Amino acid sequence: MDGASAAAKISPAATPVSVRGATTGQAHHGARVKVSDVSRTFETASGPIDAIREIDLSINAGQFCVIVGPSGCGKTTLLRIVAGLDQATTGSVSVSTLNGGVATNAMVFQGQSLFPWLTLQQNVSYGLKIHGMSRSRRASVARELLHTVGLSRFASAYPRQVSEGMRQRTAIARALAVKPDVLLMDEPFGSLDEQTRLILQEELLKIWDTSGQTVLFVTHSIDEALVLGDRIVIMSAQPGRIKREIFVPFPRPRTLTDVRSNPVFAPLFAEIWGVLREEVGTGRLNQAGFSP
Amino acid sequence: MTIQRRRIIELALTFAAPVVLLAIWETLARTETIDPRFWPAPSSLIDTTAEIIRDGSLFRNVRVSLGRILAGFLLGAIPAIGLGLTMGLFWPIRVFLMPLAAAIYAVPKLAIVPLVLIAFGTGEVAKYVIVALSIFFLVLLNTVAGVIAIESSFRDVARSFGAGPLSMFWTVALPGALPSIFTGLRLGMGFALVVIVGTEFIAARDGIGRFIWDSYQILAIKKMFVGLIVTGLMGWLLTLALDLIERLAIPWNHGH
Repeated sequence: MDGASAAAKISPAATPVSVRGATTGQAHHGARVKVSDVSRTFETASGPIDAIREIDLSINAGQFCVIVGPSGCGKTTLLRIVAGLDQATTGSVSVSTLNGGVATNAMVFQGQSLFPWLTLQQNVSYGLKIHGMSRSRRASVARELLHTVGLSRFASAYPRQVSEGMRQRTAIARALAVKPDVLLMDEPFGSLDEQTRLILQEELLKIWDTSGQTVLFVTHSIDEALVLGDRIVIMSAQPGRIKREIFVPFPRPRTLTDVRSNPVFAPLFAEIWGVLREEVGTGRLNQAGFSP
Repeated sequence: MTIQRRRIIELALTFAAPVVLLAIWETLARTETIDPRFWPAPSSLIDTTAEIIRDGSLFRNVRVSLGRILAGFLLGAIPAIGLGLTMGLFWPIRVFLMPLAAAIYAVPKLAIVPLVLIAFGTGEVAKYVIVALSIFFLVLLNTVAGVIAIESSFRDVARSFGAGPLSMFWTVALPGALPSIFTGLRLGMGFALVVIVGTEFIAARDGIGRFIWDSYQILAIKKMFVGLIVTGLMGWLLTLALDLIERLAIPWNHGH
């Protein structure tokens, strides 16, 4: 069995809790996620297309890793492979776990992903239900998480009755509920308006500070990457390869204003943009059918 | 205030059409412009209605027909939903069975009545089977369409949490397809009423269809008309009941 499908299996022994204690940080050593030489080719009517090629990436436990890249660089494909939702054409992915069972992952998707037929609380409990947790226990875990994301009052509302920002908070709570070995986030704030996005970024920073969660976060926003990440992986345009990695030096705990007023922010932004800029250009040319 | 006025106008218009129709009919019958032996005045039906309520024949026949529709509905809808969800989730099963289902669906439902009578005789079971068959394919095709229409992101979410085929069936396919399933059930209710009345015409000793047919045969035209009206009311009430069940089953879909 290869690593990607192993990662998709869920350990029945996993005991989800709302947030991991801040003290567990020292137990984290070595790579939590290991992506080894992963390529993915899609067969299309007009021939095979390399979405990503020879990706090597290892993420330590408790690390917040952000992938940025131009549209269509295969960021989402990589995330789906780590999540076990897609298979690598070559290469392997493995996620290690502390509980000794099979590793768990949880994904926060871009846009609409809450089940419209479940209340917010039932949505948050969903993963726990799949894992076979008893009704009363998963209800209490879900209530605690809804409290964490400030949605206690809306526990019995349906997704369509609340705002987009509330829905995305709920999606984050749903992913945290299963206490995943790695939290995968695919442009979770991409469809939100600017102010809501800032608020959710701030909340995610707080949650991360107390949970010590390992995160793999995909975005096209350089700003978001700098605010949230410990480490930024810049991908090239199609086929997606890792072009550069940047260590983010801002101390934690962080706030949005701290990060933005840090004198290193602007040069880092410029550096990342410098790398991305060429890629956005090549991506355009490739899409238009030119080959450099 | 304008909303209230609008409501009043709506209400008036809703009731206007049947009232106008009945008034014209009443006038034509009383002036004998139409033959009152075949087109009895609506007001003269009241006595007939009272009579068949008193002798119990109305409610007995209504109960029998409702029982057949209900039993047939359950017999047809439950397997149709189960198979429809399976076909929606697993494409090989869908591709294998779809042409067959689509072809049989196109057969007029009354055309299968003789076949079912041959297979199941003229007892009650045959009536259940006829109703069941008349709605089965309709509900099946609507269920399949409902599952296919579920956004793939919901299946991704379920899979990312490790949901197996069984969980996928109960937690994604069924709730996601429910609105479409209810569309199928509502359409099926109309079909069920048609075939049960038709079947009772030719192969039953009782039921509202039999009541209409018998009345026609002995030229008890007034009774026949009451039977027709009652059939219409039955259809209306069954639809209301289904709407109520739908509201309870899909609380998240209000207003859609």
